Amino acid sequence: MTAFAGTGLLVRLVLRRDRLLLPVWVVAIGGVVSAIASAITSVYADPAQRLALGAMISGNPAMRALTGPVFDPTSVGGLIAWRATTIAAVLTALMSILLVTRHTRAEEESGRAELIGAGAVGRHALPAAAVLVASLANLATGLLIGLGLSAQGLPAAGSLALGLAIAGVGWVFTGLSVLAAQLTEGARTANAIACSALALCFLVRAAGDAADVEAVSWLSPLGWAQRLRPFAGERWWVPALIAVAGLLLLGASGLLARRRDLGAGMMAPRSGPANAAHSLRSPLALAWRLHRGALLAWTIGFAVAGAVFGTLAESMRDIVSDNPRIAELISMVGGGDTLVDTFFATELGLCGVVAGGYAVQAALRSRTEEAAARAEPVLSTAVPRWRWLAGHLAFALLGSAVILAVTGFAAGLTHGLRTGQPLTEAVRILGAALVQVPAVWVLAGLAVLLFGALPKLTALTWAALVTFVLLGQLGQLLQIDERVRAISPYFHLPQVPGGQFSAVPLVWLAGVAALLALAGIAAFGRRDLSGD
Amino acid sequence: MPDIPAILISGLTKRFGAVRALDGLELVVSAGEVHGFLGPNGAGKTTTLRVLLGLLRADAGHAELLGGDPWRDAVELHRRLAYVPGDVTLWPTLSGGEAIDLIGRLRGGLDPRRRAMLLERFALDPTKKGRTYSKGNRQKVALIAALASDVELLLLDEPTAGLDPLMEAVFRDCVNEERRNGRTVLLSSHILSEVEALCDRVTIIRDGRAVESGTLAELRHLTRTSISAELEHVPADLPGAHNLVVNGSQIHFEADADRLQDVLRTLVGCGVRGLTCRPPTLEELFLRHYQVMAS
Ligand SMILES: Nc1ncnc2c1ncn2[C@@H]1O[C@H](COP(=O)(O)OP(=O)(O)O)[C@@H](O)[C@H]1O
Ligand SMILES: [Mg+2]
Repeated sequence: MTAFAGTGLLVRLVLRRDRLLLPVWVVAIGGVVSAIASAITSVYADPAQRLALGAMISGNPAMRALTGPVFDPTSVGGLIAWRATTIAAVLTALMSILLVTRHTRAEEESGRAELIGAGAVGRHALPAAAVLVASLANLATGLLIGLGLSAQGLPAAGSLALGLAIAGVGWVFTGLSVLAAQLTEGARTANAIACSALALCFLVRAAGDAADVEAVSWLSPLGWAQRLRPFAGERWWVPALIAVAGLLLLGASGLLARRRDLGAGMMAPRSGPANAAHSLRSPLALAWRLHRGALLAWTIGFAVAGAVFGTLAESMRDIVSDNPRIAELISMVGGGDTLVDTFFATELGLCGVVAGGYAVQAALRSRTEEAAARAEPVLSTAVPRWRWLAGHLAFALLGSAVILAVTGFAAGLTHGLRTGQPLTEAVRILGAALVQVPAVWVLAGLAVLLFGALPKLTALTWAALVTFVLLGQLGQLLQIDERVRAISPYFHLPQVPGGQFSAVPLVWLAGVAALLALAGIAAFGRRDLSGD
Repeated sequence: MPDIPAILISGLTKRFGAVRALDGLELVVSAGEVHGFLGPNGAGKTTTLRVLLGLLRADAGHAELLGGDPWRDAVELHRRLAYVPGDVTLWPTLSGGEAIDLIGRLRGGLDPRRRAMLLERFALDPTKKGRTYSKGNRQKVALIAALASDVELLLLDEPTAGLDPLMEAVFRDCVNEERRNGRTVLLSSHILSEVEALCDRVTIIRDGRAVESGTLAELRHLTRTSISAELEHVPADLPGAHNLVVNGSQIHFEADADRLQDVLRTLVGCGVRGLTCRPPTLEELFLRHYQVMAS
């Protein structure tokens, strides 16, 4: 077991470095679930109301795609599990991915792992320590959820099951990100691989749940979490499935780790050209080199997601015709077209917040470059600071517009191919997707402002994004004041397609984004360059 | 033109929170000279260079670079200078050759013939990706990007820290060529032999303050000469001698420059059979400064 020597020491090191961050994650996730539980308990106290909500969800594939099905609408717990599982599971998966990468691949990349590797520490100790701490964090999250729910008077078995489901998703993604860390040399790429896997799992589950194909939903760990059925006849064998899946992923990464050198990835680095291309002569050209890989990956991912949504959209109509009672309800509000449009509007809203993630990471690439001391060589040439920063900002702004346009186009096209108007639909949904862009730009502007004014606190942009997502997803349910919900730029977007379009909020949002970005650029021009 | 100093710093102060990185620094570098900027780790060398590059803003004091203001005129000044950071980090996905070209072009262009010549002399493979270079090779990338461009001033921050002795020799040749071409070089270092071998003038910095500045000869003048002598009889008292060690008829000591006359007179009276005088190495000079300061 010498390969694991020193793990205990490293666990303490990891815990020390993350002593603030981890409790924040754990408590935030536990708090979200608790808030959902108390809101549902008070809003849906009446069984009739719960049944109505259950019927509404069964009839609304757009909603099911977002949150999954309701297994037991008769109980408060069943509704809580329906509403809380996906949000909490995605957050827990993100916590695990970021934690594992930060303490494995990022350590190797920075060379700190070499310092540790040279000490009396086994070759698996670094990932083992990260896995242990991630598991600890996942268990704490699960425990907090379980205790919080039973403290609100919900059945103990269901509370425990929901906690286990969330911790289980964290466990699977812990394994997955250790595997991703073996595949590449860069922490960014490792994070990107693991987050893409998370997005894919979400998409597969969303497609399966929207189209009501159980077998598809079972392909995704997020689907497993729901199908543990907390508060709805718990299936206690699902945690075993989750445990085995995580172990398999860890075993696979252990095998890979044995075959590579410290610092190296499985994908061997290729050599590059001896001379730079003629075009590589400006900060923008450098930014293109740094951003193009990520932009391409996001574009492909969004195109696939758009195509999936487009393929599902037409099936919204079938559900209507299947169920006469719902059909009647639907025709009162505008018929099958309304359902299709609502589906698109919901899914595009989701794409909008995910594109916000792209914009934030692209804008914060400036901070990554600065902290790694790669801004210094550029800024000691004849490049003004604003031009260097503008290069990164350009990718945040244009890149997010591109990926949203591609999503809309792919969604409209695939939908149009079924309805017989591919081009009309492609253009229509593309336009609707672009409506998300100004809200995304506000996030990019915020990132630039923080970068310029408070470079050590740029991570707050991510906190803002998570806050906006939670406000959007849960604001109504938790009866949060409209004025508070209005701090999210997404709150102001018109609901299109289908709803009333107004350009006014879009112009406002774009203006706010521009102001934030300009203030950030100005502040950056005045401050010291700083490392990490 | 040579009358205008390439770098003129006076009373420069820079604080990072509670740390005073620069504390009233004085530094003058004349155009056309190779100036050594010598100091232990944490003395403030890198901070000084970053202020000169407009990457940091000084809290107080005056700094002038090629006749301009390093903060306000940063972009124009940067066309006329090249910088080699102490800790070179490269873009993981760009090859070394691409990084050299990019940095050179962003500065305003570089000479392809010099670039090819330098690649050969430094034996650098430009096709490797940034993440696969060792520290020394990353340093070479930055050095080649700086040396291949046609600039008036080179700011080099401990440029040989990662180079092997062979490459250090190549680096010295290059700096000597730069001097012949009339370029000004500010070379920060804690490697004394390097400064001794390369520099016309030296400024020694400690705790953000210049403790000594001048030509090597001037600095030696200020310091003690090491003397070993073989004598017929050892004197009971040797006024002006420091750190006296007596070993039979052999004695070894150090003498201040202004007491040399007296000391030699005493020695002559003791029957000198053998005598070695050695000017202080920069090493001793340097160590002495810090011992004096520390005590
Ligand atoms: N960005 C910074 N933040 C805080 N302290 C710094 C920073 N940069 C330098 N220092 C401190 O300033 C002092 C001078 O550092 P530096 O200029 O890097 O010295 P040198 O290059 O001579 O080794 C050191 O005490 C160092 O710790
Ligand atoms: Mg330094």
